[in-house]
Amino acid sequence: MSSLSTLAKTSDRAFPFAAELMGVLSIAALGVLGFLLFPDDLAFLTRLIGITLLVLSLDLVTGYCGIATLGHAALFGVGAYAVGNACIGGVREPILLLGVGIVAGTIMGAISGALITRFRGLPQLVLSIAIGQLVAALANKLSSVTGGSDGLSGITPDPVLGLFRFDMYSRTAFTFSLIVLAVVFVLLLRFVRSPFGLLCRGIRDDDLRAQMIGAVVYPRLVIMYAVSGAVAGVGGALNAMTAGVVGLDSVSFERSAEVLVMLVLGGAGNLWGALFGSVVFQIFEHIVSATNPFHWMTLVGLLLIAIVLFAPRGLSHGVAVLWSKVVRRGARA
Amino acid sequence: MQTILSIGLDGISYGMVLFIISIGLSIMMGLMRVVNLAHGAFAMIGGYLASYAMRDLGAGYALAIVVAVIGTIVISIPLEILLYRRIYRKSDALTQLLLTIGITFVIIGLANFIFGPTLKAIPLPNALSGPLDIGFRMIPTHRVFVIACGVVTALALWLLIDKTEFGIRLRASVDNSDMADSLGIRTEWIYAATFALAVGLGAFGGVVGAELLPIEPFYALRYMVTFLVVVSVGGAGSIAGALAASLLLGLADTTGKYLAPEYGEFFFYLAVIVIAFLFPRGLFGRAH
Repeated sequence: MSSLSTLAKTSDRAFPFAAELMGVLSIAALGVLGFLLFPDDLAFLTRLIGITLLVLSLDLVTGYCGIATLGHAALFGVGAYAVGNACIGGVREPILLLGVGIVAGTIMGAISGALITRFRGLPQLVLSIAIGQLVAALANKLSSVTGGSDGLSGITPDPVLGLFRFDMYSRTAFTFSLIVLAVVFVLLLRFVRSPFGLLCRGIRDDDLRAQMIGAVVYPRLVIMYAVSGAVAGVGGALNAMTAGVVGLDSVSFERSAEVLVMLVLGGAGNLWGALFGSVVFQIFEHIVSATNPFHWMTLVGLLLIAIVLFAPRGLSHGVAVLWSKVVRRGARA
Repeated sequence: MQTILSIGLDGISYGMVLFIISIGLSIMMGLMRVVNLAHGAFAMIGGYLASYAMRDLGAGYALAIVVAVIGTIVISIPLEILLYRRIYRKSDALTQLLLTIGITFVIIGLANFIFGPTLKAIPLPNALSGPLDIGFRMIPTHRVFVIACGVVTALALWLLIDKTEFGIRLRASVDNSDMADSLGIRTEWIYAATFALAVGLGAFGGVVGAELLPIEPFYALRYMVTFLVVVSVGGAGSIAGALAASLLLGLADTTGKYLAPEYGEFFFYLAVIVIAFLFPRGLFGRAH
């Protein structure tokens, strides 16, 4: 039902590109807000943006295709390591490096998609974990390419457009990442409403029916996985460029689990939910884990349990329901 | 030859530990269709309780095992009533993942708060700590003990599920829960009993396997994936499947770590992917 109502809304919108405009404005507003709240910690905000891209990427497969995966960090990490190696190898132009990240992420996405989407249920979940762990084990082993447990360091990209150098206060990194995020978000808003995106939603809701109306399910899921890989690759590329170092944590199981938590916190199957969940979770984490990392785990655990019990469709859905109630009450009064 | 024997012995005993812990998860998944990521956390609780009973209360090894199993079941009862009951059978995988990851995180946080971040030893009794002479070479007695525990567990479970009244009801509920319910089987009691059995087995495995999988707060997260993999490879709900998968994966992992330690868990997960493609429903799994 909810997808039907969003469809109706998009067809009779007041003027073209309203949703896209909303996307750009919201991200700009979030950026300004972040800048005002954490003026001395732009590096944290930059990292947050990289992870947000990974959450968006996960939303494409988990939210829009119904594929539960606990190995999504592999896509992010492969993108990050590819960019790191390209940069050390002499490709220093940031835009070009983003391209490297996209290509690497897409390839990794297509490979894992081809393996994972063949299965359903528990084997699918376990296979996604296995692929994630395989990449993590390789990243640890192939230290000539990845730096092993020391991490891959010495990534120093050129100034953006030849004008803006990556400074030590992360101002350039933050602005650059924010712009990339806005562009990707707007493209994805269009993409998920494209016939292809809608068909993927149909497959998620009932893959047998999708087959009956003539959709060939498997290749579409693989393509969606590749697109998701591209988005994760952008995140990895930003992360590598702005941090200057790629560590094993970018392919770790914890990273995969954490982004899944963020996605479901915000609400899977909705790009706004992914954005919202990622921002809220990471700011929360930033504040609480500074005091005590183990209390942080207990708190996240309790938060997760509370969400499953009280807001099973994510915070963004809960907020939307509340909002519509408030509006209705206001209209009645 | 020496290496092959060591690999075989370590691999099999590691596999048996995996089996004892994972079989509970496998039964739960077969019956309640719950992907319980917190299963490792219950094994960890068992380990902590045993360690506490032995080091602070001065209990013996056998008593510590009993304390651990019963204590873990007692701790898990409120969780079953308040949380797990909601996700039996009907809910989607994502909800189950989140709820059980949430439970795992809470348990890790609390374990660290109460017991601290250090490794907790479960001292072995003298009878199990020394080497055992089997004629042509010496092997650690503990390994033999673990293997014996695994064999006994498998046999006891087989008897319980294939030969008893409870087993009949349990199998009926697995095959068709609604029909079992309408035939007068109290499925909610079967679920609760199975949950307790699964948690108890997890705790038992956590204690006897503590030499191989040391007890510390991140135990729950570190081995969570391993247990899940064993269940998936074996096929949910199958004792023979879980046993075969545990031994196979235990041997694959141990061989990989002996011969190419720098690759870490690479061979373990490679084996998982290969098996997933050869046996999409698990080694002994049935279509649901």
